[in-house]
Amino acid sequence: MAQDDHSGTELAAADSSHAETVPAVKTGTALIQSDAFENPGFPPHRPRVTDEDPKKEKRAQRTVYTLFYLSIIGSIWAIAAYMLFPMEGNDVGDVRLNNMFIGLGAALALLGIGFGAVHWAKAVMTDVELADERHKVGGNVVAREGAVKVFQDADRESGFTRRAAIRNSLIGALLVFPLPAVVLFRGLAPQDENPVELLSHTMWKAGTRLTLDPSGVPIKAADVTIGSAFHVIPEGLSEMHHGRLEEKAKAAVLLMRLNPDELNELPDRASWSYDGIVAYSKICTHVGCPVALYEQHTHHLLCPCHQSQFDVANHCEVIFGPAARPLPQLPIMVDDEGYLVAQSDFTEPVGPSFWERH
Amino acid sequence: MSTATTRAPQRRTFTAAASNYIDERTSVSTFVKELGRKAFPDHWSFLLGEVALFSFLVILITGTFLTFFFQASMAEVEYEGSYVPLKGVEMSVAMASTLDISFDIRGGLFVRQMHHWAALMFVAAIGLHMLRIFFTGAFRKPRELNWVIGFVMFILAMGEGFTGYSLPDDLLSGNGLRIIDGMIKGIPLIGTWTSFLLFGGEFPGTDIVGRLYSLHILLLPVILLALIALHLMFVVVHKHTQYAAPGRTQQNAVGPPILPIYAAKAGGFFFLVFGVLALIASLFTINPIWNYGPYDPSPVSAGTQPDWYIGFADGALRLIPPGWEFVLFDRTWSFNILVPLVGLGLFIATVLIYPFIEAWVTGDKREHHIVDRPRNAPTRTAIGAAGVTFYAVLWAAASSDIIATHFKLTMEGVIHSLQALLIVGPFIAYFVAKRVCIALQKKDREIVLHGYESGRIVKLPGGEFIEVHQPLDEYDRWKLVSYESYEPLMIRPNARGKITVGQRLRAGMSRWFFEDRIAPVTKGELEAAHHEHH
Repeated sequence: MAQDDHSGTELAAADSSHAETVPAVKTGTALIQSDAFENPGFPPHRPRVTDEDPKKEKRAQRTVYTLFYLSIIGSIWAIAAYMLFPMEGNDVGDVRLNNMFIGLGAALALLGIGFGAVHWAKAVMTDVELADERHKVGGNVVAREGAVKVFQDADRESGFTRRAAIRNSLIGALLVFPLPAVVLFRGLAPQDENPVELLSHTMWKAGTRLTLDPSGVPIKAADVTIGSAFHVIPEGLSEMHHGRLEEKAKAAVLLMRLNPDELNELPDRASWSYDGIVAYSKICTHVGCPVALYEQHTHHLLCPCHQSQFDVANHCEVIFGPAARPLPQLPIMVDDEGYLVAQSDFTEPVGPSFWERH
Repeated sequence: MSTATTRAPQRRTFTAAASNYIDERTSVSTFVKELGRKAFPDHWSFLLGEVALFSFLVILITGTFLTFFFQASMAEVEYEGSYVPLKGVEMSVAMASTLDISFDIRGGLFVRQMHHWAALMFVAAIGLHMLRIFFTGAFRKPRELNWVIGFVMFILAMGEGFTGYSLPDDLLSGNGLRIIDGMIKGIPLIGTWTSFLLFGGEFPGTDIVGRLYSLHILLLPVILLALIALHLMFVVVHKHTQYAAPGRTQQNAVGPPILPIYAAKAGGFFFLVFGVLALIASLFTINPIWNYGPYDPSPVSAGTQPDWYIGFADGALRLIPPGWEFVLFDRTWSFNILVPLVGLGLFIATVLIYPFIEAWVTGDKREHHIVDRPRNAPTRTAIGAAGVTFYAVLWAAASSDIIATHFKLTMEGVIHSLQALLIVGPFIAYFVAKRVCIALQKKDREIVLHGYESGRIVKLPGGEFIEVHQPLDEYDRWKLVSYESYEPLMIRPNARGKITVGQRLRAGMSRWFFEDRIAPVTKGELEAAHHEHH
């Protein structure tokens, strides 16, 4: 039962008359009924079984301390597991056991305390319910007037309103002073590089051999059978030590050979393929995931991130999904030794669209 | 009180001496006296916020442990740890140190998994807590600002999650960053340079992990901690809300005292949350980066998924139809990126300002400490249901490929269905939820007026069978009648005899909110119903 300086009913009575006693607060469009029910006040207290039956109370106490002791056992178990389940043997199974037994020990240690404390509160501690009086959140009239006076005094003494020149120049200075800090952040990226320039070129050049990803072995046109697909990187990329991933993020290419009859090429790109072998950028024109899934019998490429689909037979035009542009094509040919090489760099920026792209 | 007279002859204990020592230097007794016996209202739904708070504490504890071993560097090394399949593979120091935490430090994997599971739980608990606040109207005056603080924390929590997810520099998180890079590049005017500055040059660069690490362990946690402190301070200032029940009013807060019952329950609950997370972490793998390998821009695995809370954004990207990108004025306009960004922005902005909209519509300036049952605010509940449906469809869309393969459907069919559902679903949810609320309110009225079905069938002398209805006692009745309904606003000319556009808009909104409403049963109605019976 609620204990309070006021009885529950007294507080309840105050509720229904709330609208009359505090008329200053607007109720908006709330419909306040004149013959609404009144709060009946607190119901009679219902004792718990542990309040009425000393045996049950004893048992609840036993449960609580048993849980706390179990927690201690859990902690000891976790420490023992740390020593008993080493994982220095290069075996994933050891890692699994170590993880599981340390974890179960810790879980028991924590749950023991948790269940014990909650059970103690619910079943053993005196079942008290209090009723606190709420006060309006806003300060009272005296406090507000006091606060207003503080600001007025401060304004008068400092002349914040009166001395406009001082105030305005201060505001100006405060607005400008963070700007140098903002400028410093230009240093987040290299000073002498322009992203638009960098995004417009890849490491493909006329004569760069197409090599396998990741081994870097050059690809002979004769080894590319109809229906096959290769993940390709430019020659020299796998040996790079600096900027390898940045170059790869632009230069990755998919090489596929289709039956030349099924290949529908644009007239101005007729010379970009070799005997049904075509090379397209692997970087999705949507947001840049690798378009890594090739469906051989439909000649469709699928991006696993957002399901854009590109039709390789039709110059990689978008046939489904959020991408808007076809994958850029890498013009290829065969060199004297029969290896596939690039005719040039891509003729447009690869990867996701950006503002300055046109 | 009476204890003062009986205390005198007692021996001075160590506890008393220590308390005295501390109080004379901190004045802590004032604080304890003020707060120690405050009543704290109790309900299972109030625990959702506590789950969020306690998950965050678990994240802080486990995260601090992880910082002792993790190295946020993207320098290339050859992996030489215990995980045999990756031996000799080139990877970043960040990835290698994460593998070391998993395979070479005893208990490291356990702590890492607990950290990740706790993060998933943290965002989930905040989301559920916000839904509880929304559907019960606990955001009303004086708590609007605390709603805003909570909302900001929800956004920060997702930011914490994403930055943390990206730190191991594995294949999956690298692809996540690639998507972020692609999205940023799609922003007009500033996109290209923003990406360039964020990644310290071209994607992926060698800076991003270190930068995200600063955000993840310093900037975001500090802001979160400050906001949590503010959030809880406001709970003290406002006192907790309570559900309608006999004896509980707008002028009191009823519940067990903070000391000892609430402290024991909440303290125990912290250990329960911690313990459950430990149990999950010991039994279920999360984010097995060793299966994904180090980041490389070329490979990717099918069925890639972000952590659950990023799903709605990923889904929004997937649902855009082909071709939403144009070159205009010599510049590229990527509406396939902009529409999801702006659409989601508007969606969450609506969530942010909803309390202020509802306050403006009702014009109610009173403080509300008794929270609503969702059925008693049908339009609000219906709006919430529509919002949840919108979010849920976007979220499902992030698994469109998994749905297609799992249920043997076509990818196109799944996407097209979800696109349709994104538009139609919220409307259906709105109308269904509103009807259900009103039906439940009618049921409540019925029970108050005519009692509940007792299950006792009586045969009348005339041979007719009736079921006896038992009237409610006054305590049970109070729960069903103690709410207020609002009337639609009547347009009235203002002081200058004009009807402003704002007035018209407010009246329109008010009509939309409160046209269909069920008022609580009054004493007179109950009286009349009784007369009918006899």
